[in-house]
Amino acid sequence: MSVAVVNSGGANISSVLHALKRLGTEPEFTADANVIRAADRVILPGVGAAGSAMETLRAHGLTEVIRSLTQPVLGICLGMQLLFDSSAEDDTRLLGLIPARLERLPDKAGLRIPHMGWNAIRNTASDPLTSGLAGKWFYFVHSYAAPVGDWTLSSSTHGQTFSAIVRKDNFFGSQFHPERSAKGGAELLRNFMGIPSL
Amino acid sequence: MNTPLPVRVARRIVPCLDVRDGQVVKGVKFRNHRVIGDIIELAGRYRDEGADELVFYDITASPEGRSVDIDWVRRVSETIDIPFCVAGGIRSIGSAGRVLEQGADKISINTPALERPGLIDELVQAFGSQCVVIGVDSIADGDSYTVRSHTGTPDAMKTPGRDTLDWLSEVVARGAGEVVLNCMSSDGTRDGYDIRQLAEARKRLPVPLVASGGAGVADHFIEVFEQADVDAALAATVFHSGQIPIPGLKQLLASAGIEVRPC
Repeated sequence: MSVAVVNSGGANISSVLHALKRLGTEPEFTADANVIRAADRVILPGVGAAGSAMETLRAHGLTEVIRSLTQPVLGICLGMQLLFDSSAEDDTRLLGLIPARLERLPDKAGLRIPHMGWNAIRNTASDPLTSGLAGKWFYFVHSYAAPVGDWTLSSSTHGQTFSAIVRKDNFFGSQFHPERSAKGGAELLRNFMGIPSL
Repeated sequence: MNTPLPVRVARRIVPCLDVRDGQVVKGVKFRNHRVIGDIIELAGRYRDEGADELVFYDITASPEGRSVDIDWVRRVSETIDIPFCVAGGIRSIGSAGRVLEQGADKISINTPALERPGLIDELVQAFGSQCVVIGVDSIADGDSYTVRSHTGTPDAMKTPGRDTLDWLSEVVARGAGEVVLNCMSSDGTRDGYDIRQLAEARKRLPVPLVASGGAGVADHFIEVFEQADVDAALAATVFHSGQIPIPGLKQLLASAGIEVRPC
């Protein structure tokens, strides 16, 4: 199975590549539209700010390419956020595949931002991606969050309830880092590899 | 589902591995380092025991003015599936980027931030707040606290003349995503964390705070979470020696009503 990991900028992408290799795949880290279109699975990682990630995708001519993909695509952390319409972070327009806007987590007394650490997921909908994951713990690091909606497969809570795992057609995403979420994270990645081509 | 749901994000247990010349070492009060074991072996052990995160600190890097040798960073990243932070010798966008590219999730800076605070802003701009951790070495001076720099070797240690709590406010204003506060008077004593200082720091910090220095028995972890409201507790000796096994520690914390990730 061919797996393309999209170069969306940011320095720490190699942990995603290492996690995919631990599952026995040979991921290709690429900004080449042809490689991405031809891959069986596409992973959209991303760390840092939404605006600079979108700029990187645009500079590589990849925004339309990603929007038109029909194979299973998994956005991780910022990569998941990029699937949405827009983000309050620098008021950035995103890929527009999921109709919602990301907002900053609320400023509340005693609530630390960024939401950094292990949290459990809840209300997990039945889906090939979430099989076996209900109630598991995952590693989150983020300051902006996606609201809960039709696209939500699972939610988590930090000051408010937000989307932890999402799906819209062939586009999937996790707000947490499966590559750094021990066995639960590996299970999610394995589930993603096992999703039948759509 | 039957799994109890957390009230909030779990408190983290963080073993710290001091690295010198590619091996894990441990000293007391920053002196007399002795070899504990192989980096990859220990990292794998802590992953299996249920550590929530690891910190690797290259203790020789900053005083000798060299950057971290990063081959082991890649090997750690290949081996473990929990987050880890690398500290020591990172003093530029370039050296930070190289460590992150090898798979570290966060970088922690201490002395270089004191020497040039603008570096914090630059790192946040380049890589995002979420991976920029500021390490602070602090000593109680009567009723106040002051920071120390160049703490990797005792002879090189300096007192930059900054008040610890003011420095914490400044690093947050500059965008730091997390702070590790190492209370040097407690470090290596195993007499418990410096609750008073950590609680003062907590009041200043809207970002996650990691307690460091002084863990000796499991009850010290309960104290620091309950009384100083820290997000994570870091320790070295008690974990390396096996004196406090992490699974048992987490069970104890859970039974005290402290939210932890089950091992």
